Formats: sequence, C-alpha cells, structure tokens
Amino acid sequence: MKRSVALLFYSIGIALYCLVPFLWFVLTSLKSSAELTAIPPELIPSFHWGFYQSALQNYGLLHYVANSAIVAAATALITVAIGSLAAYAIARFQLTWTNFYLLLLLVVSMFPQIAIAGPIWTILDRLQWLNTYQGLVAAYIALSLPLAIWILATFFREVPREIEEAALIDGCSRLQALYKVVLPLAAPGILTAGLLVFIHAWNEFFFALIIMTDPTVQTLPVGIALFPGEYTMPWGEIAAASTIATLPLVVLTLIFQRGIVRGLSAGAVKG
Amino acid sequence: MKNSQRLALFFLLPSFFFVALFSIFPIVESLRLSFYRMILTLPWLGQRMVGWENYRDLLTDPVALASIRTTLIFIAVTIPLELLVGLGIALVLNEMFRGRGLLRAVVLIPWAVPTVVASQMWRFIFNDRYGLVNFMLFGADTSRYWAPLAHPHFALAAIMVAEIWKTTPFAALIILAGLQSIPDDLYEAASVDGATPWQKFRHLTLPLLKPALLLALLFRTIDALRVFDLVFVMTQGGPADATNVLQFYGYKKTFAEGMIGYGSAIAVTVFFMSLVLALAYLRAFKITRLQGQTP
Repeated sequence: MKRSVALLFYSIGIALYCLVPFLWFVLTSLKSSAELTAIPPELIPSFHWGFYQSALQNYGLLHYVANSAIVAAATALITVAIGSLAAYAIARFQLTWTNFYLLLLLVVSMFPQIAIAGPIWTILDRLQWLNTYQGLVAAYIALSLPLAIWILATFFREVPREIEEAALIDGCSRLQALYKVVLPLAAPGILTAGLLVFIHAWNEFFFALIIMTDPTVQTLPVGIALFPGEYTMPWGEIAAASTIATLPLVVLTLIFQRGIVRGLSAGAVKG
Repeated sequence: MKNSQRLALFFLLPSFFFVALFSIFPIVESLRLSFYRMILTLPWLGQRMVGWENYRDLLTDPVALASIRTTLIFIAVTIPLELLVGLGIALVLNEMFRGRGLLRAVVLIPWAVPTVVASQMWRFIFNDRYGLVNFMLFGADTSRYWAPLAHPHFALAAIMVAEIWKTTPFAALIILAGLQSIPDDLYEAASVDGATPWQKFRHLTLPLLKPALLLALLFRTIDALRVFDLVFVMTQGGPADATNVLQFYGYKKTFAEGMIGYGSAIAVTVFFMSLVLALAYLRAFKITRLQGQTP
C-alpha cells in the first residue's frame, strides 16, 4: 500500500515535469491574441484556431512542413538501404576490419558539427547543391549512417545464421539471402532505425541552417528558429508551428515507443 | 575466405563513401585550414599558411577563452543534474506497477520535441512580458517583470534548464537499460539476508549500475559540448557573450564573419575536446561489453 502510493506520487511528478512545459506551449497555440497576453495567464484556452490560420496563411507553414517531410523521408529511406548493407556485413562476416569500421563510425558520430560544417558547405557549394534537397539529404545520410548501422547490426546479429545458410544452400546469392530472408526477419529493427533517422532528420537544425539559406527550401526547425518578428514576437504563430512540428513525432513515439527505447539503448548512440 | 572479404568490402563501400566524403574528409580539411589565414570578406588575402598563429590568437582572444569557460561550466552544471534526475526517473520506471508503459511513453516526449521547438518554448516561458516564470515569481504585479534571458547570469541558467529538460529522458533510458540488466535473484538474495532498501540501492544497484552511468555520462558530455540550437534561438550567444558556447562562437566566426582559418581553429579545439572524451568512452564501453550490458 505504502509503496504504491509512493510510486503514484513519483509517477505524477515525472509526468508533470515531462509534460507541463510542452503542454503550456500547445495551449498557447490554441488561444486568442487577448488570452495570450492576459495576466494572470488563462489556463484553459478558448480553442481558437486563429494562430494556426495565420501561421498557414501569413508564414507559409505548410511549405516548411513539406520540405521537412521530403528531406526526412528521403534521408530515412536511403540511410536504411545503405546502412542495411553495411550492418549485414558487420553482423555476418565479423572480420577484424569490419569491427574496426564499427568503432570508426562511433568516433565519427561524436564529431562536433562545427568541426565538419565548413568543408561540407564548400563541397556542396562546388556541386552547386546548396539550397537543394539533395544537398541537405546527402549530408544527413552521412550523419545518420553511424546510428543506423549500429542499431541495424544489433538486430541483424539476432537473425539465426542457420535460416540464412539454408537459403544459401537452396541457391540464393548473398544479396538474395539478405533481401529475401534476413531483411524480413529483421523488420522491427529496420523500422526502428528508419524511425530514429527520420526523427533526427526532422529535428536537425545546424546543417539545415547553413545549407538552406533560401526560405523556399528551408525545413521546419529553420523556419521556427528564424520566425520573423521585429518588435513583438508572434508567439501564437510560433507556438502553432511548434505544435505542428512536434505532433507527428509525438504520435510516432507513442506508437513505436518499445522499438525506440530498444533502439536507443541497444545502439546506445544518440542521433 | 577471400570471397567473404571482398563481399564485406562491397557491402560496406556505399556507407563508407558518404562517411568519408561528409565526415572524415571535412575533419581533415578543417585541421588543414586551421593553419591558414583565410577570410572570405577579404578575398585578396587568398589562402596563406600561417602555422600556429590561429591557435596563438585563440589563446589571447578573451571572447574565445570566455567561450571555453562557458562551455565547461555548462557541462559541469547540466550533466550531473541530468544524470541525477535521469537516475530517479529510471528507478521509478524499473518498478512494476500499472501504467508503467504509459509513463515510459510520457518520459519520451521531451526527447521527441525538436530542440528548436524546445528552445522557443522555454524562451516563451522565460519571456519578460507574459512568461510563466515571471508570473510564478511575481504574480500579476507586471511592474516587477524582468527579462531573464537578457541577464548575464540567468540567461545561461535558463539555457541549462532547457537543456536538462530536453535531454534527461535519454539519460534515463540508458540508465534504465542498465537497471534491467541486473538480475532479480541478486535482490532476492539481499532480501533474504535482511538488507534494507537503502542498503540494496547503495551496495547492489549503484555498483552494478556504474557502467551504464558512465555510458550516459560520456554520451551526454560529448553531446553537451555541441550545444548550439538552444543558444541560437534563446540568446544568440548574448547578452554580452554570456552564453557564447564554443560551437556557437565557431559558427559565428566561420559563417557570419567568414573567418575560415580562425573558425577552423575553434572547430578543431572543440573536436579535440570531444576526441579525448570519445576515447574515454571507448574504454568505458569495453567495460560494459564484458559485463554483458545492453541486451
């Protein structure tokens, strides 16, 4: 009895800590201008959709959403495809140098962005890929591969070797065995890796800021960070855009929380 | 045998192409550029080799030294608090009770919120006219409302609060994975021996959790070293460079002022700080591997 009361008490505390700051911002987005500036603050908004309308019409919010969706989806698909190949080789062959490669990826994933940003900008400039989707996606693929390969290798190791060997005896090539046998069996891992890469690309700000200077191709985080406002900040619109940027991630996180928890702790590499 | 070597190489090559072009080459190039004088706004200077001059400048640049100090203070304050709160959350999540799955999902929410969104959110909470913090401090007395983000000390504290809120879930998850790897029968044996809950925590949980704590410590430290989004959105490094962390200063020098050589020297400094920590992490990782952590 005492234990369950204590646990309930702690649980409520943790839930408040995690939820209240963000919920406050969501509630702000549903207020009217008068409610937003009211002192004392209005706790319950009138569910006014004015800020959403304004964010869509005056600030081109939908455009940023589309850019983010394109960049994040393309990054996730290509990264998982390329990462699966590498992770398969690491999990199956377990050669000295494939293990060394895994360590190299770990070290690479810890590079501070600023230490590689300048030369990446120069490469993309030479390719004339600044302010293009492919430019940002190419950089994101490179930055996401370490995390993806670590997670995928963990999952691939769990696919029993025997099933695959049976396929090889039946006349499959290595590549066929990978696509027909290993990938379907490791589907949960692939979904987890794809999801984490998608979330990372959707949230990334630093490289999006330096690569995408043209507002027509900017992603949501850049749009939200550079929200125009000279004397007064348009807080209602910022809150509305923030809610729209976060909502898909919260939904995905709630649906796939088991996989995400496993992916984060199994890979133990943060995206 | 030879065949599997060639096949492995063939499978690794596409990923290596991206990593080499967009991570390894840039690091080497940054290292090279840090020995050159190159200023984009003064193109006629060209690219001149200047040896260690950029690094000497860095050591005499009061803004750079303050920036290193600010970054270290930021790490020293946020990481212990994140680990402490993360440990608390993990201990609760490790208990069996109804609604645990729901609580775990809720804990993931700050992690899922984009950092830029978290930055704007906390900027609004610390707002000088209708921020929640002002209301909680002074109620409706708006004459006493102030701007924490314009105050040299409180601005950094506000960014620390935002960072801790955003990243605690990650620390909690790593620690939780460590807790779950401790076998139940150890606790049962301790109970049989009449250990109190505190004794169990102090002499059983904490020592066995050391690898996971170390892992969380090093990951979080390396990540805190690259803090940028919060500073960019909440304070732009101000007021008066009070929140000018290294990664932001490097960004400003390289991309706003076009000082490629000097910016690269700052970048390389951040890189070597991370490298030292990464090596420490690799050693720590071997410990966790031996103990069979991360199921």
